Amino acid sequence: MSATAIDRGPWLTALARINAVDIVLWALRIGVLLVVVVGTINELIKDPYTAAQWFDFLMFGLTLGSIYAQIALGYTMVYGVLRLINFAHGDFMMCGAFAGYFVATPLENSGFLDTHPVAGMAAILAVAIVVSTTIALLTERIAYRPFRRAGGLAPLICAIGVSFFLEQTFRGMFGSDVKAYPSPSWQRSAFQFGSLQIPRVDALVIVLAVLFMGLLYLIVQRTRMGTAMRATSEDPEAAALMGIDVNKVVVFTFILGGAMAGIAGVFYAFVYKQVYFYMGFEPGVKAFGAAVLGGIGNIPGAMLGGFFLGLVESIGPSVFLDGLGIPAPYQLRDLIAFTLLIMVLIFRPQGLLGERMAKKRA
Amino acid sequence: MRRFFFMRTAVGRGLMFGAGGVHLAVVGVLLMLHNRSIIVDTLSLGQATLVMLGVAAGAVALPERLSPDRGAQLAAGAVAGLAAAAPIALLAVAIGTIRLQSIFVALTPDLLKLLTSDLGLGWGSALLLGGGLLAGLIGAALRVCPPAIRSTLIAAVTAVILAGVFEELIQLMLQYEGPIGAVRDTLYVWNGLTPLGAVIVFVVAAAVHQAWAIFGRHRGTAPDEGQLRRQRMIRAGVALLVLAIMPVLAGAYIGQVLMLVGLYILMGMGLNLEVGLAGLLDLGFVAFFAVGAYTTALLTADSPHALLHLGFWMAMPVSVVLAVLVGVVFGLPVLGVRGDYLAVATMGLGEIVRVLVLSDFAAPLLGGAQGVLQIPKPRLGDVVLGSPVQLFYVTLVASGVAAFVAWRLENSRLGRAWMALRDDEDVAQALGINLVRSKLLAYGLGAAFAGLAGSIFATMLTSVYPSSFQLLISINVLALIIVGGMGSLPGVVLGSIVLIGLPELLREFGEYRYLFYGAALIVMMQWRPEGLWPSEVRRRELHAGETTAELDQGADLLPAEPR
Repeated sequence: MSATAIDRGPWLTALARINAVDIVLWALRIGVLLVVVVGTINELIKDPYTAAQWFDFLMFGLTLGSIYAQIALGYTMVYGVLRLINFAHGDFMMCGAFAGYFVATPLENSGFLDTHPVAGMAAILAVAIVVSTTIALLTERIAYRPFRRAGGLAPLICAIGVSFFLEQTFRGMFGSDVKAYPSPSWQRSAFQFGSLQIPRVDALVIVLAVLFMGLLYLIVQRTRMGTAMRATSEDPEAAALMGIDVNKVVVFTFILGGAMAGIAGVFYAFVYKQVYFYMGFEPGVKAFGAAVLGGIGNIPGAMLGGFFLGLVESIGPSVFLDGLGIPAPYQLRDLIAFTLLIMVLIFRPQGLLGERMAKKRA
Repeated sequence: MRRFFFMRTAVGRGLMFGAGGVHLAVVGVLLMLHNRSIIVDTLSLGQATLVMLGVAAGAVALPERLSPDRGAQLAAGAVAGLAAAAPIALLAVAIGTIRLQSIFVALTPDLLKLLTSDLGLGWGSALLLGGGLLAGLIGAALRVCPPAIRSTLIAAVTAVILAGVFEELIQLMLQYEGPIGAVRDTLYVWNGLTPLGAVIVFVVAAAVHQAWAIFGRHRGTAPDEGQLRRQRMIRAGVALLVLAIMPVLAGAYIGQVLMLVGLYILMGMGLNLEVGLAGLLDLGFVAFFAVGAYTTALLTADSPHALLHLGFWMAMPVSVVLAVLVGVVFGLPVLGVRGDYLAVATMGLGEIVRVLVLSDFAAPLLGGAQGVLQIPKPRLGDVVLGSPVQLFYVTLVASGVAAFVAWRLENSRLGRAWMALRDDEDVAQALGINLVRSKLLAYGLGAAFAGLAGSIFATMLTSVYPSSFQLLISINVLALIIVGGMGSLPGVVLGSIVLIGLPELLREFGEYRYLFYGAALIVMMQWRPEGLWPSEVRRRELHAGETTAELDQGADLLPAEPR
């Protein structure tokens, strides 16, 4: 028998083509899968949590997820229109949270926020939206517009610069200490359903976030500007040829993204009860992961990705890390989020719903 | 009508500078600068900054291509200066009338005093506006006056400012008896220049500048390529020599600062291989630094976490090798990830390393948040290299070796493969470059430099904590190679000195360091993406297709290099 490649058969040829890199990547996939599966099975056998506790994890995951989803929308829309990772987007969120803080604190101290929750929340959110939108627009005009059509790493590096500039500006203006966010009395209790309970903050955040995201979806789908935005995101040149003013679309995108980030910032601050200048970084990076997970450029995808990430982050440590007997699994919460982010970037950069963008990136 | 249009440009530009001034004030930078005096009791760095804002506004008020007319230039300059002063005066009035400090922590009565020159709100604001007008006029006058006068004036003023700002360092170096001490006593009192000293520095700098210009012009024909290169080599050699003997002249504190600069030069050269040559934007670079530091710590430390008790010289190579391995392992999964996605993926990897090191999960091995303590200093025979100055020389030697390696790599087959990879991955692959090998080598070799830096860092601090290895380190290194010039070795040195050394010397700057880094990244990317000291290749690439006129305009923003 001759030992030529033809005689090996198709199966062996395919095997021969596998190189070391493939093996590493497969090992990575299998390793992560093993951690998840083994951990989950162990946890199911141990079963240390009650149903009420699981429900708490779920609610917290949904709350976080709705915030991530709102931030992710900004990433995804800007990426769709400009092909730019707006690294400073998490910091727009921080700006909104700070603006809300300086409205909420006097309102809380005067007792207004306790007696008029609706008007108080409306005022806080309105100011947060105005501030974060203004900063988003300034950023676009000053830092990003000169890079229109520029490729390479320059726009991303500039965006990193903007992120640091914003953080440090807020640090200089308001100090580097962690400020306690006001917690009005009506936010502190919880709705009871038998043994299950939903904290009122969580309920408020989830309901409002879903409402705002629905509103955004309607704007993008139904209005003229929204249509123009989707057209630009599909093909900027063709959109410009059809008479769409791309500059206006970009501004519109930053308004929508900035507003969502501002709202998310207030919610995030109400959930975690604190603001500080660096608070935007982590949720920003995670929300970017959520946007990629959903398929970057895809609006429903970003919402889905956000909720998924929130749930994985809140349930994950108690499911598979605890199941593996890792001490203090809650410390590794961020590890799960970042691992998810990296796995998506490596194995499915087009995301769950993003077939269209995949072709362009590949 | 046309004149009116010019004025709108001037007002717009002036307002931009004014907004910049307000930002500096609100963030607290202005007051910090005010605390450093240039001429004692006469001029602080904060006041100089305000004046320079006005001068700059006046200088750029009216682009020459719009109107070459001198009268229009001067008028526009004055208007721009006034427009720059207006927002700052408004801020002063706001501080004086509303209690803003409860929200904006930097808007203190001290700041008001600085802005109004302690003259009260009315006169102070009037002085601000008048000063702005005058400064704008000066700026415009500088622009229209003959270049020889302009460059001499700028050089002399720069010399005075430098002599004032770095008084601590200069006084330290002049700390002798006899004539040198007498010079010091004439120029300086305890925390700044004397007025007489300022005049002396101004005159001497102007004279030297003039002499330099005349001397340079007499040399006749333009030097050829080889001569230029030799000159550049000599200049670099002199700079290195100064760097090498500086700590001996200026003492332990400078040694410490320069040692830090040296560590960042090491890391910068490593990241430069990845980002500058191979185009792989790696934001998780700090992980390699951490590997180097922790390896050295675990191999040498006198603590329960230690695995062995080797000496530093044994542990250092192990750290480097381990860093290379980690670099390759780190690079393997992200081989297929490109461009901006790669930046986020590597940042995620870096964060994972940090979270792991910090967690209780890895605490039995790595010491958790407490870190690993009691790392011994390196020994050379019987001598313990304990002082910062001695460790600086260790760093210097390491940097020198690393620079040689980096320089040879840059011009090697591998270096050219990296550059091809940076410019277009698909084309590079089509040309037969092995992407996997080149990329992994970039990660591995880049990591080696960081591992070496980490190893020295561990022995410098004698302890390692997870909090030393934050994302900020990666951003520091990225910022310094971008400011210096991506892909350029001298750029890395310059970037480290400017971004790491200067903030350490001006200690109060430290707090605002990242504000300046952020601003530097934005400004550099927009106006000078090739960096302050670009590599030849890079400069040609980035300015391909531009006319020479535009190039000259860009060069105007920086002090002209002596020829």
